[in-house]
Amino acid sequence: MRKLMRVVSVATGIVAAAVVSISAPAMAAGGGGEIKQHEWTFDGPFGHFDKASLQRGFQVYREVCSSCHGIEFISFRNFADLGYSEAEIKAIAAEYEVTDGPNDEGEMFQRAAIPADRVPGPFPNENAARAANGGAYPVDLSLIVKARPDGANYVYSLLTSYAEAPSHMNVPDGMYYNKAYSGNLIAMPQPLYGDDITLANGGDTSPEALAADVVSFLAWASEPEMETRKRTGIAVMLFLFVMCFVSYGSMRYIWADVKKSKA
Amino acid sequence: MASPEFKNPVVKWIDHRLPVFSFMHHELHEYPTPKNLSYLWNLGSLAGLALVTMIVTGIILAMHYTPHVDHAFASVERIMRDVNHGWLIRYIHMNGASFFFIVVYIHIFRGLYYGSYKAPREILWMLGVVILLLMMATAFMGYVLPWGQMSFWGATVITNLFSAIPLVGDSIVTWLWGGFSVDNPTLSRFFALHYLMPFLIVGVVILHIIALHRFGSNNPLGIDVSGKQDTIPFHPYYTSKDLFGAMVFLTIFASAIFFYPNYLGHPDNYIPANPLQTPAHIVPEWYFLPFYAILRAIPDKLGGVLFMFGAIAVLFVLPWLDRSPVRSGRFRPLFKVFFWLLLADCVLLGYLGGKPAEGIYVTLSRLATAYYFIHFLVILPLLSVVEKTRPLPQSISMPISGGGMGAAAAAKRGKADA
Amino acid sequence: MSETVENQGRRDFIVVATNAMLAVGAAAVAYPLINQMNPAADTLALSTIEVDVSAIEEGQAITVKWRGRPVFIRHRTAEEIKVAEAVNLDDLRDPQDDASRVENPKYLIIQGICTHLGCVPLGQKIGEVKGDFNGWFCPCHGSHYDTSGRIRKGPAPSNLEVPPYVFLSDSVIKIG
Repeated sequence: MRKLMRVVSVATGIVAAAVVSISAPAMAAGGGGEIKQHEWTFDGPFGHFDKASLQRGFQVYREVCSSCHGIEFISFRNFADLGYSEAEIKAIAAEYEVTDGPNDEGEMFQRAAIPADRVPGPFPNENAARAANGGAYPVDLSLIVKARPDGANYVYSLLTSYAEAPSHMNVPDGMYYNKAYSGNLIAMPQPLYGDDITLANGGDTSPEALAADVVSFLAWASEPEMETRKRTGIAVMLFLFVMCFVSYGSMRYIWADVKKSKA
Repeated sequence: MASPEFKNPVVKWIDHRLPVFSFMHHELHEYPTPKNLSYLWNLGSLAGLALVTMIVTGIILAMHYTPHVDHAFASVERIMRDVNHGWLIRYIHMNGASFFFIVVYIHIFRGLYYGSYKAPREILWMLGVVILLLMMATAFMGYVLPWGQMSFWGATVITNLFSAIPLVGDSIVTWLWGGFSVDNPTLSRFFALHYLMPFLIVGVVILHIIALHRFGSNNPLGIDVSGKQDTIPFHPYYTSKDLFGAMVFLTIFASAIFFYPNYLGHPDNYIPANPLQTPAHIVPEWYFLPFYAILRAIPDKLGGVLFMFGAIAVLFVLPWLDRSPVRSGRFRPLFKVFFWLLLADCVLLGYLGGKPAEGIYVTLSRLATAYYFIHFLVILPLLSVVEKTRPLPQSISMPISGGGMGAAAAAKRGKADA
Repeated sequence: MSETVENQGRRDFIVVATNAMLAVGAAAVAYPLINQMNPAADTLALSTIEVDVSAIEEGQAITVKWRGRPVFIRHRTAEEIKVAEAVNLDDLRDPQDDASRVENPKYLIIQGICTHLGCVPLGQKIGEVKGDFNGWFCPCHGSHYDTSGRIRKGPAPSNLEVPPYVFLSDSVIKIG
């Protein structure tokens, strides 16, 4: 038993060192990096997505963000996770146009999207996106929550931390002051002011609420498997826990007759 | 070697022509293992489990992955989103690499503490170092495949190191790249080699086990087995213990896969590779951090490369650096202290490898690197000569007479029932 | 191992229980490893397609790709329908009456894969050989299909397969 404790403490020490070395946040040189901590329904081992929030978040994405930001790894059929029916998804898809072809004349053509299609982005490629945004590229949002440290809180902070620049700071044209962004100066103008969308069933349209909804939507977009993953995880952990006990019992039973000197 | 009597006629027919069953019977039921092995001896089988897991999940991922710069990132996202259970298989493979290294590092430190590298197990030890090198190469190439920002820039930084080689350095780098920078030819060949190398590892692991079975396992006392009373058959004793160890390992592994799958990774690798934009801090995966620290500690490019590979080279020649006739650190009080200092030094190097190469981190890295080499090249040889070791027990199973261990053991034996 | 006989039966239980749970665990692990080879979600999404047939003129045919393979949709003329319905079932190698092969007799929807060895028969485009029965002709080994897609002459054993489809409206069909 003592030996087991020794192994565990050594392993813990190593893991702790690894944790420390990885989790220390890289503080931005030159300001920014103020991340607010928000409580999310998807936090923790029992995390889940609030479908109503996801639907509101999708609406925010559609009406506010999608003019600049794509979401290239999401297909319309994925919106079944948000609680939409097959008919609703078909209707949502039909509102978009995608490029198809070449047809028999050899030309590419536009057609209404179907559920199997990916959600088309606002620009055909990165160069077009940069040209339309003064050289800055509005990042694709499919993975944004996984692509930033403490992603959900980071995006939420970004959306809600626009502020007046301190008097000593010169903010160039086309840049905006943001307390969460590394270096404080971001090329994206403030997207949410409150009441940016009209909610069919009413609800909170403050900038914080809309930001939280769109972050939930983006967290889903980055990790649609999250609920299944955590549910499966709990079942697997329970099973393995029991396996640890029975295998320990088997081992003790088998070893019962071995006389060892206290080495 | 006693030939077992198999009752089943089919088994007998096969075994007569290809003695797989006799072989398995010998290796499992007859192979004598010291009876005092601690849980630190579970790590070999855990490493084998990790290797098999990586191969199985890797082959499955290869069914869905596209090794082309225009499609690699998207194919991995397709695995995560569309392939049945793809997210699970990907996360097992991704975290499995980390767990493989955790297990192997503990396995190595066990060997260091108990003198498992000493005669007659020198080749066993060196084969192990070869396995470590192959693992590092495999892991490096595997990390490039998702073609994220860290994949691309990590590959760029590490392949650029080879330009430090005098005269032929630049040619070697161009040869490695298959072009003028890390690009599609590089990705394709890394995929081919990453698929190949685990099978090379399997081959060396087989040699490693053959070498092990030549003389049998070391044990916490570091003394040789003196007879049948000191050993027990591998099956069912150590198979059942390995099973328990595996369940504990899988429990920890599962908690990572299902609840913290991206904890050990870097968020920047979820950004598609961009050759025109370098990430703020290029960091390798955690298991390379100590070597990365050593690399950056040396101000000269070639020197850094030499010291980084030198850190592994000293492991190769360790049996000839530490010549103490006493194997186990348990009976070497000074060695024990320096062992823990070495471990702390390696953890410190890992921590420093993740920090920017600025200010106090540079100084600390240099001190920690120097200490690492001093430990192997100066301290161990010195200890071989000057250390006063404690008296060894008579045997693994007999009570010890004389010396500190003896009285305590005799007293305990009076109380213990087994 | 020294064990009294009566103890062995009871305490063996833990070993049996462990092995049983191990077997269950192994099966649970094997399932995703095998199921991952089944069609992925994006492949399944394309397992049905919708086609608007209203643009097809009478006497014309179009070819669409469904599950990676061609489907022939022919807007049959009244003449073609009459001939198809009048065929004596005893003359057919694979007896099927026309009514059982169509939802709406005006549109014949069949897989464009010869049932002999899998070639794509000719007869879709104007000017292409339609064979002796005015349907389709497979150039690979000379199978002739009629205006209902049934095998009439040549080595093919059965009629061109009718895929599962429904009319979602008068002009839109869903195949698959």
